[in-house]
Amino acid sequence: MSGGHSTYSPKTGIGRWIDARMPLPRLVHDSFVSYPVPRNLNYAYTFGGILSIMLVAQILTGVVLAMHYANDTTLAFQSVEKIMRDVNSGWLLRYMHSNGASFFFIAVYIHIMRGLYYGSYKAPRELLWILGCIIYLLMMATGFMGYVLPWGQMSFWGATVITGFFTAIPLVGEWVQQLLLGGFAVDNPTLNRFFALHYLLPFMIAGVVILHVWALHVVGQTNPTGIEVKSKTDTVAFTPYATIKDGFAMVVFLAVFAYFIFYIPNYLGHPDNYIQADSLKTPAHIVPEWYYLPFYAILRAITFNIGPIDSKLGGVLAMFGSIAVLFVVPWLDTSKVRSAVYRPWYKLFFWLFVINAIFLGWLGSKPAEGLYIPLMQISTLYYFAFFLIIMPVLGLIETPRRLPNSITEAVLEKNKGGSAHPAGATAAPETRG
Amino acid sequence: MKKILNSLAAIGFLFAGTAGAALAQEENHAAEPTHFPIHAPKEMDWTFAGPFGNYDKAQLQRGLKIYKEVCSACHSMNLVAFRTLEDLGYSEAQVKAFAAEYEVQDGPNADGEMFTRKALPGDHFPSPFPNAVAAAAANNGAAPPDFSLIAKARGVTRGFPTFVYDIFTQYAEGGPDYIHALLTGYDEQPPAGMEVAEGTHYNPYFIAGKSLAMAKPISDGQVTYEDGSPETVDQYSRDISAFLMWAAEPHLATRKQTGFAVMIFLVLFAGLVYATKRKVWANAH
Repeated sequence: MSGGHSTYSPKTGIGRWIDARMPLPRLVHDSFVSYPVPRNLNYAYTFGGILSIMLVAQILTGVVLAMHYANDTTLAFQSVEKIMRDVNSGWLLRYMHSNGASFFFIAVYIHIMRGLYYGSYKAPRELLWILGCIIYLLMMATGFMGYVLPWGQMSFWGATVITGFFTAIPLVGEWVQQLLLGGFAVDNPTLNRFFALHYLLPFMIAGVVILHVWALHVVGQTNPTGIEVKSKTDTVAFTPYATIKDGFAMVVFLAVFAYFIFYIPNYLGHPDNYIQADSLKTPAHIVPEWYYLPFYAILRAITFNIGPIDSKLGGVLAMFGSIAVLFVVPWLDTSKVRSAVYRPWYKLFFWLFVINAIFLGWLGSKPAEGLYIPLMQISTLYYFAFFLIIMPVLGLIETPRRLPNSITEAVLEKNKGGSAHPAGATAAPETRG
Repeated sequence: MKKILNSLAAIGFLFAGTAGAALAQEENHAAEPTHFPIHAPKEMDWTFAGPFGNYDKAQLQRGLKIYKEVCSACHSMNLVAFRTLEDLGYSEAQVKAFAAEYEVQDGPNADGEMFTRKALPGDHFPSPFPNAVAAAAANNGAAPPDFSLIAKARGVTRGFPTFVYDIFTQYAEGGPDYIHALLTGYDEQPPAGMEVAEGTHYNPYFIAGKSLAMAKPISDGQVTYEDGSPETVDQYSRDISAFLMWAAEPHLATRKQTGFAVMIFLVLFAGLVYATKRKVWANAH
């Protein structure tokens, strides 16, 4: 996958024999051992690795759960409870999988924000960014369908509301909705196809992840300065440097994950999902999982008709638009400078965007009534303005700070200007010439 | 650029102002309440709370007694098997004897007939009603909910910023707190002028309205305790809440014990990996 020359030289006879026939070890060596990474990557860059282990963990726990799960509306809820009560360590597998989905999204949100902050989407990394957006879309579909499987009240009513969005599409809407449901309402055919797709999509994610990593290894990683690698002193080898740093971040991330699994496993869930689905009892507030809440707020912010578009279709368009806009970010940002480190104004608007996104999430959990509606509208406005107005305009009018000539220079400069290291501390590798 | 900043600040103020107003509106309860429950449940002390929490077996046994003598007349608990009652400190023989007090339907036998027999430890608690329609018909149209998961299926929204603190305090007892509050909340009288629908009972702790179909289910002295615990509604409510938490989450203690070992391992391992990382990076170039 690596763009550069391979430095792999097999040491054993068997190694040479394999290398001449199917050089998989060479591919692995070039991609994960000798692959050069910028020397100044910070911990924000470790979430790609964290996401890979989360994907593997979700697939492994998911496959075992599928061995015990009964894919039928009359049995699904009870089969999940059987896993929780009678299957050996079933409670652990199930809590790992349900909290794993949340932590997958926590990691992907940090990963996306890192990309937005350091301008990782800019040429020549547009395809890398778009592949990431596709992974995110697939994740959302997988997460949504997975939440339906336990067949609790929120599963059922969440599925009813979300598939209902499609009826807003003119002409084909109802047909699409019935195709998704396998009928006129959420029922056994819906559960069957959601289970099949929930099992399929993670492997599609894994496929796109391979393309994502491939694209990454062709263009190389960005780094906090946003300057391309110019010489060998700008980089370090992936192994051991990035592997051990990623490894440390993974263990810390897993510790937080474990804290949720073992101490507050239902914190991120909704109590109503411990009530079996009942098509005759609508819950007071139907809310999606927390990781969709910002989009749910955007959906409900559109309470007015825009010309021929009624508020329902408008809401659905705004919601899908809020994700679609991510795909064109590489062409919306007009700035010649990549990293927010050298863009004081962009940095300010970026952090406002982050705060606004969290605020949208909080609004998403609130009913669409009273003052929450104008708040949702203002927040939605800023969400879109950030991409459609601030990004293009700021790139043209902002005066960026002076860029260093190379990564190495930036590292040395930072050390000179920054606070002194405590005496006796190991010399930071970045400071060595 | 300055203009942008100024308008941005204006939007910011607008944001903060309206958010504050929204919150204020939420707090404002009129004589006719619109947000339920009217009162938030009181947080109780539970032995199973916190990182080292575990069930108090004597309390669970008292809770089981209440379930058996009071609640089980209307509420099923069909996900719980008798065999799991060994968790409460009962012996195999005691569980067998306890199960034998219940009748369950089995069959068909060799003649194709369904028959009833004494329950075995492998059976689940039988339901008091043959089906949900019968349960609703016997209870004024509202079928009593199953109790297997009720302690995890109820929880009053905590609101900002409490829900953030809950991560650090490991608050996960919203269910038992709610059950306790509901059972002890029947004695409160509705404020003057409030209309309470006929056939329902005012309870300011009820999650979905000002009154519910269930009448006050338990009174002082109704269930006899052999271990000398107070025979009060408050004590009964604590015991049944703890029991229902166990019914909903039987592996809670194992989970927390495993969690402690996992956390210790991960913290130590993180320390070792960090030390290795420092060593490796010290040799860069």
